[in-house]
Amino acid sequence: MEIKIALAGNPNSGKTTLFNTLTGSRQRVGNWPGVTVEKKEGTVKNDHDLLIQDLPGIYSLSPYSLEEVVSRTYLVHERPDVILNIVDATNIERNLYLTTQLLELDIPVIVALNMMDVVEDQIDPKKLSEQLHVPVVEISALKNKGIDELLVQIKKVSTKKGQQFLPFTEDVEASVSFVEKLLPHLECPRWYAIKVLERDERVDEEMNFSHDIKKEISCQIDHLEEIYDDDTESLITNERYAQIAQIIAKAVKKSKGKHALTLSDKIDKVVTNRILALPIFILIMYCVYTIAMGSTPISIGTMGTGWANDVLFGEWIPGAVDSMIGALHLNPILGSLIQDGIVAGVGATLGFVPQILVLFIFLSILEDCGYMARVAFIMDRLFRKFGLSGKSFIPLLVATGCGVPGIMASRTIEQDRDRKMTIMTTGFIPCGAKMPIIGLFAGAIFGNSSLVATSAFVIGIAAVIITGIMLKKFKAFAGEPAPFVMELPVYHMPSIHNVLHSTWERGWSFIKRAGTLILLSSIVLWFLQSFGFVNGAFTLVEDNNHSLLASIGNAVSWIFYPLGWVGDMAWKATVATFTGLIAKEEVVNTFGVLYNHAGELSEAGDEIWALVAADFSAVTAYSFMIFNLLCAPCFAAMGAIKREMNNPKWTLLSIGYMCGFAYVCAMIVYQIGGLLLGEVSFNVFTIIAIVLLAGMIYLLFRKGYQPESEAISTRELKFRTSKS
Amino acid sequence: MRTLNQCKPNETVQVTKINGSGAVKRRIMDMGVTKGVEIFVRKIAPLGDPMELNIRGYELSLRKADAAIIEVR
Repeated sequence: MEIKIALAGNPNSGKTTLFNTLTGSRQRVGNWPGVTVEKKEGTVKNDHDLLIQDLPGIYSLSPYSLEEVVSRTYLVHERPDVILNIVDATNIERNLYLTTQLLELDIPVIVALNMMDVVEDQIDPKKLSEQLHVPVVEISALKNKGIDELLVQIKKVSTKKGQQFLPFTEDVEASVSFVEKLLPHLECPRWYAIKVLERDERVDEEMNFSHDIKKEISCQIDHLEEIYDDDTESLITNERYAQIAQIIAKAVKKSKGKHALTLSDKIDKVVTNRILALPIFILIMYCVYTIAMGSTPISIGTMGTGWANDVLFGEWIPGAVDSMIGALHLNPILGSLIQDGIVAGVGATLGFVPQILVLFIFLSILEDCGYMARVAFIMDRLFRKFGLSGKSFIPLLVATGCGVPGIMASRTIEQDRDRKMTIMTTGFIPCGAKMPIIGLFAGAIFGNSSLVATSAFVIGIAAVIITGIMLKKFKAFAGEPAPFVMELPVYHMPSIHNVLHSTWERGWSFIKRAGTLILLSSIVLWFLQSFGFVNGAFTLVEDNNHSLLASIGNAVSWIFYPLGWVGDMAWKATVATFTGLIAKEEVVNTFGVLYNHAGELSEAGDEIWALVAADFSAVTAYSFMIFNLLCAPCFAAMGAIKREMNNPKWTLLSIGYMCGFAYVCAMIVYQIGGLLLGEVSFNVFTIIAIVLLAGMIYLLFRKGYQPESEAISTRELKFRTSKS
Repeated sequence: MRTLNQCKPNETVQVTKINGSGAVKRRIMDMGVTKGVEIFVRKIAPLGDPMELNIRGYELSLRKADAAIIEVR
């Protein structure tokens, strides 16, 4: 018979390790419906009747965070057969806080006491089991100990009906049973009764009480608040920690002196030290970056990617495909579709896989060992100023190599709005593929000045900061106040299995995208580039200038008129921008084709510099560069945005915002910059540009929407009126 | 009356009251900051915010703005 097990526990309690140990590779990863919280399910290795539902790592079942709401909705409505609660023995007091809440759901609970090897005999599992009225199994998720015993106990417990709870003090207990009697027939009345007493808005909505019952409940709440001189939500939290204190007193021996320095504390003394923290942080990031994406003899990632681009997708696969096309006598159009469309397009993306894998290995190690939380601790102050979180640093850094893993790295940011903002701004950072665009214009127009590349970074970072400051003042981002209350977990050796597992998971999701979205868009762009109307007939075109893509470029190039893309270069610039959507390095290649350059083009397109210089002025070059650096990223990155946002509205909003922001910036630079340099005469777009600039400055400096004080005042008011 | 954000590193204080309400207060209390609990201020982050606290045997990081709702003695 199938047994549904919900795996619940605090973040950093070893939950992921336990889940991986129990299920091995039999996992399904997805999202909880409608939210960006990851959902993992799996069956136990040697017993496929045991279905494990991994709940997000949570500290409580409050109604205030997505993870908590997802978890409690699952527990209350899906009613698993057993709740497997993993408790970190090294941090038992706070871990038991969630346990006290899980016991109220009337579902059999079993406690897996993890990391007992670290605390040794400080905790007495037998006494703990007596106190909690649940089986307690000592395990070590990392060392794979106690797992068999855990499975035996799970099966035993699954036949049990219901679960004994821990009673509160008399007054509170009386109120709980009073409210319980008012409730309709429910599967876990005690849980509902407590939530009702806590004024949980979600439960209130679900219950939809009649006026009379509401009155009785509010009477009870007032009564309790009168006695304890605190709101019910807080007094129940106090009650829980009081219960835990009693349990601890009986089951835990306190051996160490207070605030004695553990190894972890000693590491932190150096790593988050006032003076050393930033240099150490910079050094670690520099090493990660150099090994994954740099261009030194130890840059394994870059070497792998170079090999993939030049050898695997440059010679081997095209060669093999060529001989296959020859051997099968395929139609040349079909051959071109496979070779120029699919292999070239998908290959361009898959070439990044080695860099991405190396990068993810390092990020997984930093996450698993506990350093990532310190990064947030060190950087929070800086990033909070522009609506981001301390953890946004990693995605932005990674994006200087490639935006796709950058966007994917935003997954470690817990706060929803911080994560959304990070996803939206990560694409602004000039990635490796945008470098040739900068190289082309720096060489063609600015005499190879290194200031151009520097300015590109300054523009990218400024775009992130400006966006952050502007957007955080909007209601959608100001939203609910997300307190930065973060645990700094104890450092530990990263588990090789965990690191490889999470690296593979992210890498695979990247590869899958190349096989779907990028494959499709490559085919579409190949079609647009290869076909066109010549002398009124629709046919395969030799000359790119006659392709459908060129026609489309011509037809829509007027859009970019205010950006100064006029005359002969207008459609070329437009088409190059479009092909840039496949991959940004395509922009330079496209210029090569459009300027009729025959043969190989160097990366920065030295061969066409003279032609580009004839068509672009300094101002139009900047307008083009800024638009291409900031506008919608390549398809791969858009796919990453779609996946991480997991919401069509937010995906479109992000991409739309990036394009709009790029357009406005390019226009301001061309119109106002051109006017100052005497290159552009005063015209209607100059006025629009000035208005847009003023609007941007207003958005930067206006007083934003402030929910915090408002939210508190209404709640406070409610509390006060109910008391008076 | 003193609030937690005014405390210096290496100070040990006791929580007397938690002001405010809603998500911020609940979150702070869920993490174990309740009336009567002892807090050891471990350090302040290099850029001056947030704070690192030792509470109930683990390390908690809290922004000064959020620590301001916690009254201590």
